[in-house]
Amino acid sequence: MASNGADLPVDRTLDCRGTLCPVPIIQARQALDALAPGQVLQVLATDLGSKADFPAFARHTGHELLAAREQDGTFIYYLRKAGPGRLE
Amino acid sequence: MAVQPVELTPAVEARIKQEVDARVDAALQARLQELLAPRPHPNGASPARRKRLAIVASKGTLDMAYPPLILATTAAAMDWEVGIFFTFYGLDILNRKKLPRLKVPPLGNPAMPVPVPNLLGALPGMTALATAMMQRWFTRARIPKLEQLLETARASGVQLISCTTTMGVMGVRQEELLPGVTFAGAATFLDFASEADVTLFV
Repeated sequence: MASNGADLPVDRTLDCRGTLCPVPIIQARQALDALAPGQVLQVLATDLGSKADFPAFARHTGHELLAAREQDGTFIYYLRKAGPGRLE
Repeated sequence: MAVQPVELTPAVEARIKQEVDARVDAALQARLQELLAPRPHPNGASPARRKRLAIVASKGTLDMAYPPLILATTAAAMDWEVGIFFTFYGLDILNRKKLPRLKVPPLGNPAMPVPVPNLLGALPGMTALATAMMQRWFTRARIPKLEQLLETARASGVQLISCTTTMGVMGVRQEELLPGVTFAGAATFLDFASEADVTLFV
């Protein structure tokens, strides 16, 4: 994770603030399903567990966690949708 | 076999160069194809072999209905293959009538912070009180209702398996259960679980 994500172009933002596990992961999955490969989803969350959960989610699904940061009590994640033929 | 010495004329040199180029090109193409081939799944599983979660849900109380459904929906979101075997009181989770009425028993549950001593949990109305209290917590924390989790599970391909032994023992008919449920016994669950990466009894 080279950048903190603040400068990343975002294709969609998902606001999961105020929800707890499993809601952020399930909603992120549903949002990623609606994106095209290579597009970036930004997720806003307040669930403390999401800090551990999103890296695990990315490892298992192949969607890339480009960056994660915390700002004013909100955890912000940037996930790039995986796709067939993607080399990175 | 004796090798005839060849005079390195410009024509021979050109021929050698042509041959070397052709072989290098072929090797390069092969290596490129290798590099461009689909990568294995990041968690090490091949695309054909997803991780698998097998759960036995055996409890029919409001608090114990959540863990299997939270784990199942999360696993499905992570591309896992998931099956839940609902058995004994756990079958109430799939029961159209009983699902919205699952309760939390305060009796024998010292962790339940009902504002009275545990023994009073035996009094009439205490189960309703504890249930209402827990439902308020869930609502306040914006936890999805069990019905929503089941719908998410079903929509994401989680197999909801009703234990037919339980149905026979408790007199439960197929039409009393939610749509999309399949019916099976222990052998089916064991067959599914035998290939599972994670197996849980809740």
